[in-house]
Amino acid sequence: MSRPLDKRMSPAEIVGQLSDGMTLGIGGWGPRRKPMALVREILRSDLKDLTVVAYGGADVGMLCAAGKVRKLVFAFVSLDAIPLEPWFRKAREAGAIDVLELDEGMLQWGLKAAAFGLPFLPTRVGLGTDLAELGGLKTVQSPYADEETLIAMPALALDAALIHVNRADRRGNIQALGPDTYYDEWFARAAARTFVSCEELVEAMEDAYPQDAQANIVERSYISGVAEIRGGAHPSSLPPAYGWDMKAFKAYADAAKDPGDWSAVADRFVGASEDEYIAGFGGTDAVTKLPLPVF
Amino acid sequence: MATLAELCIVACSEAFRGNGEVVATGVGPVPRLAAGLAKLTHTPELLMTDGEAYLVEQPVPLGPRGDYKPRFAGHLPFSRFFDAAVWTGRRHAMVTPTQIDRFGQINLSRLGGTHEQPKTQMLGVRGFPGNTIYHPNSFFFPAHSPRVFVPDEVDMVSGVGYNPARRVAGGNYSGVDLRLIVTNLCVMDFRGPGNAIRVISLHPGVTFADVTEATGFDLIDAVESVTPAPTDEQLAVIESLDPHGIRASVIKDNPPARKAA
Repeated sequence: MSRPLDKRMSPAEIVGQLSDGMTLGIGGWGPRRKPMALVREILRSDLKDLTVVAYGGADVGMLCAAGKVRKLVFAFVSLDAIPLEPWFRKAREAGAIDVLELDEGMLQWGLKAAAFGLPFLPTRVGLGTDLAELGGLKTVQSPYADEETLIAMPALALDAALIHVNRADRRGNIQALGPDTYYDEWFARAAARTFVSCEELVEAMEDAYPQDAQANIVERSYISGVAEIRGGAHPSSLPPAYGWDMKAFKAYADAAKDPGDWSAVADRFVGASEDEYIAGFGGTDAVTKLPLPVF
Repeated sequence: MATLAELCIVACSEAFRGNGEVVATGVGPVPRLAAGLAKLTHTPELLMTDGEAYLVEQPVPLGPRGDYKPRFAGHLPFSRFFDAAVWTGRRHAMVTPTQIDRFGQINLSRLGGTHEQPKTQMLGVRGFPGNTIYHPNSFFFPAHSPRVFVPDEVDMVSGVGYNPARRVAGGNYSGVDLRLIVTNLCVMDFRGPGNAIRVISLHPGVTFADVTEATGFDLIDAVESVTPAPTDEQLAVIESLDPHGIRASVIKDNPPARKAA
């Protein structure tokens, strides 16, 4: 008899699967649905020289501040209500990271190219801007009668992707609830391996939540590991479960000005352990009950 | 008396007039209220989101909503946004870049320095490259100055304009469609020779000289009128969409619609 699938891992085991120099995709969007607990676990590790691909928020800011990022592939880095991500800005203004700056839609196009095993996908996006020249993006000519010149958006193949969802089971079936899952499924499909943190880990999704099967945004064949971490998106939001922690973001942003030194504040925003971190922000019950933002 | 912000909302709403069934996106309080005003008055066929992932037929008011609950008529999460609205051209966005130049090229990414080490890092290009090559765009600037309307090209070309020097041979730029620029001083369009920027109306009490002084490049004087003041009906709609008066914070000191002499 074959062994039942069991992809459960601890956060440390997940980060143990990553290695220096990797290209790492991080799901979510700005201050929303970010796998922050896994990002914090990276921040507690010796991992370095990462190429990070993300619709960036504090995940990118923190990894930049901690010197984990060699290169960033991004279209924006923002905390939304705090438009300019202060730690990312510091890293950029210090010339500390290489970047490939892309349009939001181009970034997903690069993930899709990677997912389909293509070297590139053609697009008009980027023509007439500085993106192509700065990013070293080449053009291709349509082989058909139109002969249109298009940008060849290179595949953004990821060594690993991290996403945070509401539910998972031990075989890697996941459910991402909430109004928008952003591009999490494309991060998963673009990655050689995808690791998931979730608010609730169940034995079998078909027994626990069969009515929400539509929330299964990506097939379990793309999922290599799952870890249950309640409040794992904090301080970002995880609709419909909880909103972002603007007080925490504000403190994080203020710390970029004063004292302005990540090593002096990393304990507070990362902590020696996830339990210690969450306790510092009022405990699991508090962070998973934060109200959803109003738009 | 109406405020300058309210006058700008009405002027911005004209950008969406008769657009048809496209998604009207206004980023920031004035553009967002303008899109809502357009939908509730002259162009009801516009599509609009709740600012998140759902389509609504009744524009969602700004700020805390009390008992008001948006009613969702459709779904437009980010993935579908690119598939259905941006990359198909079925959208008109009104945004506020940090810089714009005489070609309509816009920048939201960085100021000064180099790409490797910017003097000031801002948001990043966001969706500007795709928006500007695929669907109509308009702009609102609350503080018209040469720092926004820059003398040369913008520091990083994040959105496509009409600069012939930036055209790649064989590229298809037929989707580039820059419509209206509304500022705290005037309304402009891109209908001069070679898509040059023209001033088409001045806000009450503003002169063409005021505008040129606040602009880093030459403008065409095509002024036909004074920008119309909001009607009572328009003001009532604006109030219903902005019950907390967030519009008062957009233009410095929330001046009245008519500039003091």
